[in-house]
Amino acid sequence: MQEVTRDALLNKALELLKNGTVDRVLGYRVGEFSYDVTPAVFENEDALKKDFCWNSFCGANFSKYLISETAKTEKKLLVFLKPCDSYSFNQLLTEHRFDREKVYAVGVPCGGMLSGKDLREKVESVSDVSVNGDKVTVKTLFDGDLEFDFETLLSDRCKNCKSKKHVAYDELLGEDGEVLDSHRFDEVERLEQMTPDERFAFWQGELSRCIRCNACRDVCPACTCEKCVFDNPNSGVQNKAAADSFEEKMFHIIRAFHVAGRCTDCGECSRVCPQHIPLHLLNRKFIKDINSFYGDYQAGAEVGSRAPIVNYTTDDPEPSEAVERGHGNA
Amino acid sequence: MQVNEYKPLIVAFCCNWCSYAGADLAGNNRLNYPADVKIIRVPCSCRVNPMFILRAFQRGADGVILCGCHPGDCHYTSGNYYTRRRMALLFSMLDYLGIEKERTRVEWVSAAEGAKFAATMNDFVETVAALGENKRLEDLRCKK
Amino acid sequence: MKRIGVFVCHCGTNIAGTVDVKAVAEAMKHEPGVVFSTDYQYMCSQAGQEMIKAAVKEHRLDGIVVCSCSPRMHEATFRKTAAAAGLNSYMVEIANIREQCSWVHKEMPIGTEKAIILAKAAVAKVSLNAPLTPGESPVTKRALVIGGGIAGIQTALDIADAGFPVDIVETKPTIGGKMAQLDKTFPTLDCAACILTPKMVDVAQNEKIRIFSYSEVTDVKGFVGNFDVTIKRKARYVNETLCTGCGACTEKCPMKKVPNEFNLGMDNRHAVYIPFAQAVPKVATIDPNHCLMLKSGKCGLCSKVCGAGAIDYKAKDEFLEERYGAIVVATGFNPISMEKFDEFAYAQSKDVITSLELERLMNAAGPTGGTLLRPSDHQHPHTIVFVQCVGSRCEACAEKGKEYCSKICCMYTAKHAMLIRDKYPDTDVYVFYIDVRTPGKNFDEFYRRAVEEYGVHYIKGMVGKVTPENGVLKVQGSDLIDNRQLHIDADLVVLAAAIEPDKSARPLATMLTASMDTNDFFTEAHPKLRPVESPTAGVFLSGTCQGPKDIPETVSQAGAAASKVIGLLCKDKLLGNPCVAHSDEMMCNGCSTCEKVCPYGAITYEDKEFRMPDRTTKVRRVAKVNEAVCQGCGACTVACMSGAMDLKGFMNKQIMAEVDAICK
Repeated sequence: MQEVTRDALLNKALELLKNGTVDRVLGYRVGEFSYDVTPAVFENEDALKKDFCWNSFCGANFSKYLISETAKTEKKLLVFLKPCDSYSFNQLLTEHRFDREKVYAVGVPCGGMLSGKDLREKVESVSDVSVNGDKVTVKTLFDGDLEFDFETLLSDRCKNCKSKKHVAYDELLGEDGEVLDSHRFDEVERLEQMTPDERFAFWQGELSRCIRCNACRDVCPACTCEKCVFDNPNSGVQNKAAADSFEEKMFHIIRAFHVAGRCTDCGECSRVCPQHIPLHLLNRKFIKDINSFYGDYQAGAEVGSRAPIVNYTTDDPEPSEAVERGHGNA
Repeated sequence: MQVNEYKPLIVAFCCNWCSYAGADLAGNNRLNYPADVKIIRVPCSCRVNPMFILRAFQRGADGVILCGCHPGDCHYTSGNYYTRRRMALLFSMLDYLGIEKERTRVEWVSAAEGAKFAATMNDFVETVAALGENKRLEDLRCKK
Repeated sequence: MKRIGVFVCHCGTNIAGTVDVKAVAEAMKHEPGVVFSTDYQYMCSQAGQEMIKAAVKEHRLDGIVVCSCSPRMHEATFRKTAAAAGLNSYMVEIANIREQCSWVHKEMPIGTEKAIILAKAAVAKVSLNAPLTPGESPVTKRALVIGGGIAGIQTALDIADAGFPVDIVETKPTIGGKMAQLDKTFPTLDCAACILTPKMVDVAQNEKIRIFSYSEVTDVKGFVGNFDVTIKRKARYVNETLCTGCGACTEKCPMKKVPNEFNLGMDNRHAVYIPFAQAVPKVATIDPNHCLMLKSGKCGLCSKVCGAGAIDYKAKDEFLEERYGAIVVATGFNPISMEKFDEFAYAQSKDVITSLELERLMNAAGPTGGTLLRPSDHQHPHTIVFVQCVGSRCEACAEKGKEYCSKICCMYTAKHAMLIRDKYPDTDVYVFYIDVRTPGKNFDEFYRRAVEEYGVHYIKGMVGKVTPENGVLKVQGSDLIDNRQLHIDADLVVLAAAIEPDKSARPLATMLTASMDTNDFFTEAHPKLRPVESPTAGVFLSGTCQGPKDIPETVSQAGAAASKVIGLLCKDKLLGNPCVAHSDEMMCNGCSTCEKVCPYGAITYEDKEFRMPDRTTKVRRVAKVNEAVCQGCGACTVACMSGAMDLKGFMNKQIMAEVDAICK
């Protein structure tokens, strides 16, 4: 469901290049197939006109790229932000991770994104995909054209979209939406209601599939450390591969802990996990707990906000009560 | 307390100013608690990184307890308030992963509370011993 | 690999009674890095220490583990021993096998097993120890006192008395603070001015003390021993050195209708004014909000009458930069606003006043010359109702009041009631109270005199409503002891307003990185053991900025703060605690997370250029720890995701090694 067309984005990019507002453009490069898109930096008009693409598969969160791209050069970069990207954008600004002056942000409305990975698992030998309103036409090599409802192919994270409203931009294309009542904690609550044995079985089943490829970490806009503790020989926890049975659990707990209060719930971790581990459910647990223990907090909603985990009040709940509350016993 | 053969392994992180001194006071007053408790001294409870706790479990600890000054009495004014938030979140997460919540605890013990220190350790050891060996934290991956 | 020596102490039978010390020493010989291990009866004795020194030399040890009593007992001793043997004193670790082992376990095999594990953990830690050197910093031998009330005055006098220069910064045109506004003081009933003004004169005459009145602190940089402070000297349009305080200008000034703050607005002053007769410094100040010359350029009368030529309409705010070794906060309190307490009709009737306003009405230098007259019609009031705890101990009314007890109200109300009954025996005085709290020397006796000798009617209960009606205040209250409603027609109602810290305290705390509680009172370093120090090294607390206090308590705290300052200023150099945080700039993200949790403001950021592997340079924001300010709690080390922030002496890998050794 594209609310703004490729041409609108391309024209905006060309205009900003031409009038000197920006020198480079962070966008998507078209691939072999329409669902096969790659983030890329375009340095000139010709490259843009040739390869720039914008479609329902352009779901990656662009904010993280700003750290490395703004550090490379003094030139000003154009970035297109979906509402969820704009939260990460603000969070990174809060943490002084890139120079705002070097970025021109154009907000783009988002009607939800599709997942190429999921599509290929549903449908074999896809040759092309086109979206018309709330219908998706999938061309296949052997089975002809198939038609789907957009909703059915919508990627998992977009089903619980928390906000259609941008929290940061210099300029907005199209209309801005609202912050949504997303029911994003329903799944967390379902787990909380299980018995400890069931929860253990659930997570053992999920996390034991982890192959420590680090894709979740590498895509995460909150995981931007110069050097990750899991790569640092001095941290005492460095490990590339699983050395023993607890390793993955430790990795995922610590990763979730490190992004607690900073995670904007963009869902990139689960999107990229090749093993389909619902990693966002770890982060959402922290978000839900933070909201219920210390009051609602949305990372990235505003620049410079102080995350509850680096704050306190003198009458916070004790850890023991918090655990009780954590699974809905109170 | 009487537990058959099984001896749990307990790691206790104690802040230097209150709880470590409280443990010393338990010693001065000859208040017994099981030798299963091994204390690691840290300047403040807020020095305890979740990684230390998970590492202890990974290496076979059956229970981990953090002791710090009472809220409001921290030697560094606010350290234990951060501890309280961090551990509330961490323990809630461990519980969410199906790990017995009785294996982790935070307790505020002042330098004057030797008796509380000993009683806390007795109680914690008993609780953890009743749970038996820490299998879930050691063995989270399918061993097939 | 380190060369570690292990020394197991018997402590007579204290340890050896439950721990097989020889077995511990033997077991340690097999630990990695241990090249020498032995036991001895009393390791802390002269002979024991000599033994350690000899072993360091003979076995070329570079790390020592002493298995003995608690490090809280003898860590310092063994560190000195190590230093005497030529080792860095931080290459010592103690395994606490007495308080935390032999004394709490009964059976030898269990005690021995645990002692071995504790010793292993200490060996694992010491093998990762690095030599540490405490940082040194010089001390500027000058103190700054912020606030010139009785707290600030006493602190400054005491510091100056010890021979150190002191500056007082006071926002008002004169020092003296709230005490200068009081009439009499409890429980002795001596007059406030008689005991305060001589001290104010002492301050003015003391060569070591400089008074910056009509000034405020606008910036503080630096740390203990070396605070760089910017002081704004507001333009007073009168040259302080030339002005003789004769008062000719104040008499001639045509602007006479300026509410007089010193009398809480109950009378008027001129646009050029001296707050009160005993003001220090006794110089005039022109109020730029009301001066015709400054507002419209038309007048200039004061300049014409000033014989000293002190008037300067062109004066500008000036900024002074000074360096201090220590800072004392003495910003004091104010009564809270009564505007929101509609039930007491404070805003509706002039005859509902606060206790501080009553002080002025009873003061000989006040608006009525010391005769108690109602503000509305200047008649003598015959029935007076005092309401206690207005806004104090008020959990339900957090939006207008305070949860805490303001502490001084019970006593000053007893004083007021007693003074009124003494001077005007025909007056009926009622006091409504929740509790009467009189802990203090001669306080309860004082209160009982009010009730028993002076016949003040104390009523346990609160006033529900005050309604002004035809010049009378209808007071409706409950008497909880007789369980009945009371209706009193009063001529004057006096509210014991809660007190709150001065509004300047919050921004000042931010500048000083000193912590505050939720009520904006400054937090002390330790509520029992370090009550006059703030947690920020070199910042001390005096008076009500730390919590509600009466005058005797304020003066004793002021003296205590002064003695702490003197103790600091006596030193030529400060030795820091070397177990402080350190940021590895190669790994630091510059994300400011650590800065947020640091209780001391020890972490700052700088942009630093890094050479990249491809010979380009990259500028990154990285954290820097001020080692003189860091106290070594370690809050930042856990807040830091990347692990760039670590704590010397308690490094991540050291603690991890201890965990591993214990959990083997």
